[in-house]
Amino acid sequence: MNDALPPGLSPLQSIEQVDQGLSAAGYIANRQISTAIYMAHHLQKPILVEGPAGVGKTELAKSVATWMKLPLIRMQCYEGLDESKALYEWKYGKQLLYTQILKDKIGSVIGDSDNLATSLTKLHAFGDIFFSKQFLEPRPLLRALEEPTGAVLLIDEIDKSDQEFEAFLLEILSDFQVTIPEIGTVGAVVPPIVLLTSNSTRDLGDALKRRCLHLHIGFPDEKLEAKIIASRVPGIDASLLRQLVNFVQQLRTLDLKKVPSVSETIDWAKVLVLLHTSVLSVDLVRDTLNVLLKFEADIEAAGKQIAGLTHKARSDAGVPA
Amino acid sequence: MSGSAAPASEPLRRFLQVARGAGLRVSAAEGIDAARAVQMIGYADREILKDSLGLILAKTPEEKASYDEAFELYFKRDDLGAAEDETGEAQRAPAAWAQGGEGGQGDGSGQGLGQLLEQDDRASLATEMEKAARESGIENIRFFTQKNLYARRILDKMGLRRVERDIEALRQSGTPEGLGRAQFLEGSVDRLRDSVRDFVERNLILFAKGETEKFREELLKSARLSNLERRDLDRMRVLVRQMAKKLAARYAKTRRRRLRGQLDIRRTMRRNMGWGGIPFITVWKQKRIEKPRVMVLCDVSGSVAPMSQFLLMFLYALNEALSDIRSFAFAGSLIEVSEILEKEPVEQAITKIMETIGFGSSNFGNSFADFEEGWMKDVSNKTTIIVLGDARGNRTDPRTDIVARLSERSKRIIWLNPEYKSAWGTGDSDMYRYAPFCNLVTVCNTLRHLERAIADILEDAG
Repeated sequence: MNDALPPGLSPLQSIEQVDQGLSAAGYIANRQISTAIYMAHHLQKPILVEGPAGVGKTELAKSVATWMKLPLIRMQCYEGLDESKALYEWKYGKQLLYTQILKDKIGSVIGDSDNLATSLTKLHAFGDIFFSKQFLEPRPLLRALEEPTGAVLLIDEIDKSDQEFEAFLLEILSDFQVTIPEIGTVGAVVPPIVLLTSNSTRDLGDALKRRCLHLHIGFPDEKLEAKIIASRVPGIDASLLRQLVNFVQQLRTLDLKKVPSVSETIDWAKVLVLLHTSVLSVDLVRDTLNVLLKFEADIEAAGKQIAGLTHKARSDAGVPA
Repeated sequence: MSGSAAPASEPLRRFLQVARGAGLRVSAAEGIDAARAVQMIGYADREILKDSLGLILAKTPEEKASYDEAFELYFKRDDLGAAEDETGEAQRAPAAWAQGGEGGQGDGSGQGLGQLLEQDDRASLATEMEKAARESGIENIRFFTQKNLYARRILDKMGLRRVERDIEALRQSGTPEGLGRAQFLEGSVDRLRDSVRDFVERNLILFAKGETEKFREELLKSARLSNLERRDLDRMRVLVRQMAKKLAARYAKTRRRRLRGQLDIRRTMRRNMGWGGIPFITVWKQKRIEKPRVMVLCDVSGSVAPMSQFLLMFLYALNEALSDIRSFAFAGSLIEVSEILEKEPVEQAITKIMETIGFGSSNFGNSFADFEEGWMKDVSNKTTIIVLGDARGNRTDPRTDIVARLSERSKRIIWLNPEYKSAWGTGDSDMYRYAPFCNLVTVCNTLRHLERAIADILEDAG
């Protein structure tokens, strides 16, 4: 299969290279994620990425695109999304103009036929471009297929779309082609790398799942999270990094409506750096807790335990009390 | 896709079987993908293998969990080398067995087994056991009753008979040395028996778990709900949700089905105003199927309570397909419980309802009177009324007059009775007195009945 690879995709030789490539693009992946990207490329299968909000599902697609220097084509799903917004649309205005031009020029097309039959024959012989590529407005899916160097296609939050739309995606996911009734089947120039993300607000159909590799990204462990923060917030003090990651990890074990995810940890780290913090203090945590927790009830619930958590984070990170 | 789809190698094929046994639904296409993945990465790195196959085979968090378990169980058994050259070995094996076959049981291997036992070479014993197990078709084990059968087969294949004969011979010899060796061998054989039994048990878990679960689920679907054991309740809840989801999806689809062929001229004109009325976009008439409005009257007195619980669970899981459900619970008198059911998770809500009103002795007449007073005005000709109850009013006035009025006012009344038909009309049962006013009276005491009854309700909603 290797000879089918376009030159731009050569970095996908091994799982380690995926790892390195992603981290060069600023995405710290665990081995499962790298394996998924590697397999997706070699098996030519889309990846369905599931996991809680804010763990870097969308970010993964962006990083893959950056690393492989491919255009990222993003399609945000929502209820009521249909093929005219996802795949293609006819340029109605231009089609209308075309018919009007045709009407004006009809005399020269038909010439001086004297009866209806011959003029109809002439009209049929005349090339019809009413339904042709010229009048086609490509939408994200079609664009991804037509991209000459290949692309990273991100179908974001597929669970927000309707079930019919899911069925409509099956063709592109399994064969990297789409069928436009008026024109025919359009296949991919270079099969794109397809990532679908889902927050599991509804169960996806089996047909869709069967066509995809299924990657579940959960919250990272302490070590990985520290690495992610260090890469995203450069210049953060190592001791502060240990403390804040430890604190967030503890926070996740509490019974909260929405536990903070990686994106929140990054925001919090940025805030703490801005405030020139080097040691977590109870007051500081209390003041900045709204960066981590987004529900009043959660802030209240966590508020009672801040002192204990802060203390533990400090001592685990080896900061003298 | 490309021609690189390799035939699944032996260990993978067996693992896929294990995965299916563990309840993963592995389609043929996924099997091919798995084979290609294995071809790409090999068996050398177990962690990467686990991740890669996991990506292909397990598609939900639950499936991931059972996949992990199955992977550990399966690949823990044999070491890497065995997995790599197993195909070759499998081909050689029949030849080996032709030599050592049934009649001359244990010429080579029997000797071998005796030696291995004497040397207490556990690693080789384990390998032998694996081999014997494979040859006796352990992957076909399904029921725990087959454990002894398979254990015996494996021991036979390993050449136990020969060893037993040896032991006997040693004993006959009468020398102290011979007796000692016999005793030692006997101890080893006992240990071997134990470990084989253990091994078979592990394989039973590995290969038959999914089957057993499926079997149990089938059983539960047609078990009388009042006979359920407490430990099955969780599983039942899952089943109810699954069934409801299936029904909801099915009816959501029929509701949206288009009637292509009939042009909606008015809406087409409207839609195409922008292009001077030239119909670029056509709008077709759609058949609107209404969502049923349902009022459920649930008897929650002792005898019917388990049934009511499931009916309510079912209906609330169906929320998507029903536009408007109002639920009422009654025993001696009737109250509306919709709000409790909406606000709290069904299980807790049901306990709460039971605490407020349940377990009394039922009085149907009184409850219907309560309903008429409070809610009759909300019943319209679009409302389906479902009554779930045994129609045993403890010899109180059945108030069929109210049910008659209800029947006139509503679209239809469906009565689900958990009692078998033979019991209707016996003792204090008023079922036949209510029946003339109901559009449908049916026995309903298993999950299957429930599914069918509700499917009918949705079906007729058009």
